[in-house]
Amino acid sequence: MTNQTEVKQNKSVVANAFNNGLNWVDERFPLTSNIKAHLTEYYAPKNFNFWYYFGSLSLLVLVLQILTGIFLTMHYKPDAELAFGSVEYIMRDVPWGWLIRYMHSTGASMFFVVVYLHMFRGIIYGSYRNPRELIWLFGVGIFLCLMGEAFFGYLLPWGQMSYWGAQVIVNLFSAIPFVGPDVSEWLRGDYLVSDATLNRFFAFHVIALPFVLVGLVAAHIIALHEVGSNNPDGVEIKKLKDKVTGIPLDGIPFHPYYTVKDIVGTVVFLIVFSTIIFFAPEMGGYFLEANNFVPANPLVTPAHIAPVWYFTPYYSILRAVPPFPGVSLLSIPPSLFPGVAAMGLSVMVFALLPWLDKSPVKSIRYRGTLYKKWLAAFVVSFIVLGYLGTEPANVWGQFGAWLGNADRATVVARAFTIIYFAFFILMPWYTKKDKTLPVPERVTG
Amino acid sequence: MNNIIKKTLLVLAFSASAILPQWANANEGAHLDKAPVDASNHESLQRGARTFVNNCLNCHSANYMRYNRLLYIGLTEKQIKDNLMFASEKIGDPMKVAINKADAKKWFGVAPPDLSVEVRARGANWVYSYMRGFYRDETSATGWGNCVFDPVSCKVSMPHVLYELQGEQAINHETHELTLAKPGKLSAAEYDTLVGDLTNFLAYMAEPAKQQRNHMGWFVLLFLGVLLVLTYKLKKAYWKDIH
Amino acid sequence: MAENRNDKNQKSAHKNLGNNQNSGVNLEKRKFLIASSAVGTLGCVAVAVPFVKSMTPSERAKAAGAPVEVDISKIAPGTMMTVEWRGKPVWIINRTSEMIAELAKHDDQLTDPKCDVTSQQPSYCKNTDRSIKPNLAVVVGICTHLGCSPTAKLQAKGDMGDTWSGGFFCPCHGSKFDLAGRVFKGSPAPINLVVPPHKYLTENTLLIGVDTEEKA
Repeated sequence: MTNQTEVKQNKSVVANAFNNGLNWVDERFPLTSNIKAHLTEYYAPKNFNFWYYFGSLSLLVLVLQILTGIFLTMHYKPDAELAFGSVEYIMRDVPWGWLIRYMHSTGASMFFVVVYLHMFRGIIYGSYRNPRELIWLFGVGIFLCLMGEAFFGYLLPWGQMSYWGAQVIVNLFSAIPFVGPDVSEWLRGDYLVSDATLNRFFAFHVIALPFVLVGLVAAHIIALHEVGSNNPDGVEIKKLKDKVTGIPLDGIPFHPYYTVKDIVGTVVFLIVFSTIIFFAPEMGGYFLEANNFVPANPLVTPAHIAPVWYFTPYYSILRAVPPFPGVSLLSIPPSLFPGVAAMGLSVMVFALLPWLDKSPVKSIRYRGTLYKKWLAAFVVSFIVLGYLGTEPANVWGQFGAWLGNADRATVVARAFTIIYFAFFILMPWYTKKDKTLPVPERVTG
Repeated sequence: MNNIIKKTLLVLAFSASAILPQWANANEGAHLDKAPVDASNHESLQRGARTFVNNCLNCHSANYMRYNRLLYIGLTEKQIKDNLMFASEKIGDPMKVAINKADAKKWFGVAPPDLSVEVRARGANWVYSYMRGFYRDETSATGWGNCVFDPVSCKVSMPHVLYELQGEQAINHETHELTLAKPGKLSAAEYDTLVGDLTNFLAYMAEPAKQQRNHMGWFVLLFLGVLLVLTYKLKKAYWKDIH
Repeated sequence: MAENRNDKNQKSAHKNLGNNQNSGVNLEKRKFLIASSAVGTLGCVAVAVPFVKSMTPSERAKAAGAPVEVDISKIAPGTMMTVEWRGKPVWIINRTSEMIAELAKHDDQLTDPKCDVTSQQPSYCKNTDRSIKPNLAVVVGICTHLGCSPTAKLQAKGDMGDTWSGGFFCPCHGSKFDLAGRVFKGSPAPINLVVPPHKYLTENTLLIGVDTEEKA
């Protein structure tokens, strides 16, 4: 197949030296064999589309966050008295500090944009299905760690939103029956969010979670390479291989084809990234909130506390679920735990997808209208819940007395919470019932 | 365009329309006038710096702003030292304030906040409207009220420091409309310019690197545009083999 | 059929991975490979610059290390004052005319009498008294051996012995310096004390940290 007779007389001294060096390493370390296994002889489906850029972009943003994070740590002070000032020090007194800071704050939001799109790809093409369940589970782990990383990182600037956001979320844990308040106190290291909390969140954000994240990403990619990528048609390319070479008929080597394609994707991403950093790093208050330019004040609660935009769908669900009223006869006190539990479940439920989906086909291209309607409903729920999470509960006014003067936004949030969970809970039923199209043998591009 | 992308955009558009009506009501609270912020107007910034140092720096610090940063708005070191520096000795020092925070809290009820990033916290329009929104209120401790600060109670702990320049305004308690009851040393237009310059300076102080950032952005995007063309053609050259 | 066409594409794809069978396509690849690598590398270097620069002294460090103005009118002849500059002690010694005269008399006892080691003083202080004004010495009070701060022994003789004409004695390891900060032979310290950049703003005001401008 390939014509690889080496023309030795044309090789230069440098090439010879390079080859000798490479051989020396290969005798002691699996360098070339790994390059082959994971790049030049790792075969990916040739029909990757727009949705397939976001995996490599996620990796890029992870590297960017670590790099900018290291340089920020050179100047940031994790002390309640000094933290806010140290961020302004970085913005004004450190040469190019403002650029590094904006790269990190924009990168944090872009991380979630890219990861949410990456997850969506997994959903629409059934990339979580057998044999890729473990890739998906590692992914859910990465998502949880990413949420934690963002949460811990957000306290560090020690502004009003940082402080009160942390206060609210840590207090959520106190809703856990019996152990709640002790857990909250243990997390805070104090009776309220304070310097102790700031210092430990710094440790989690800078060292603990990055290590876990990198480990999970490695596991995620290793698991992927073990079974090979899915594709927009949901066709298993390993089923049809060339009889001589053993290469999947619809496969192409990742390097050079997808390395060169992902570089284009990277440049497009950098254009979006740079436009934000250089022209609108605050993004209307969604990436950098105005209230966070006020130093944290434990005695003054802001009128309007909202989490950063990427947490708002789950925050909406937290607020929408009514509290448990308690059973006075049995001396069971009222509890806010249902909301907390619902919020936790809304994130964890993604892990169940591989087992909830009973459809004979993987990709949305060959699914019926039932699934497409439910998916559309889920996406609308996610977005509307997300928006409502940025606003106070009375943002849309109230219904009349006929609905008990309830806040319109709360009623809508409750409806969409039900739809959100129904997408998952009813999936075994509607995916089985759905009329699917026949899946082709070969990819269609 | 890919079918999935089309459908996704449709879904996004639908959800956006659910949210859109709310964007119209983005302005909560008092009506805010537009502040004349222009970081390239060095004369305005210099006037604003002078107003700030002469009137605000007695109570409000600007701890994150160094005096030598003013070199970037067209002032020389000598001009800064002679006209703008009183308490501090060195030009590299930050704009600290002599007032004792505990005393200030006793006198005003709340310590006057540091103003370094006030414009980022409140917005330039808010600051501009606030400084023009004081009115005479005999019932308050300081003798002044301000509905921009608190649209509901119109109570504020800060006295009207610039009252000699603006004069005294009176308020219509139903409409919250302000009228000039007693004129000050400056006409209404002159006072607006003074506050405009002050707001401009505070906006500059909130993020001194802003102009440099915007300027650089164009070059970065230009560079990335070139890189995009090259890498795209590279991709096409390789992918000629496929399909 | 479709299958065959796919196989043929596969074959040509692998062929092109090998060597230069289809030179037209490969020339194009090479052209854009070199172009985008060059521009990409330029971009990477450009991005690296702000990161590297962010590690240089910040405005805060520069402000703390800023030049120090000193009023020298109150230093009585034969005495000295110490000021801090960049975290280091700087001695300003008002030498009497006897002290100045003594400076020229003990070159044979010094390791570097002519200030040949140019790193230790600015060019405008490469002279016997190592100063701009002959009576005012400005030296950094840190021993060039291992960094202790020597003790002042400005007066001649005394507990330093009869041959002592005034200077500094480092208690850590015994290095000796004269009233121009020049190191005596036999000291563990190898070179003269550092004379910092300085200039006179007025007759009575010394600015430490800024060089005197070269005369045309």
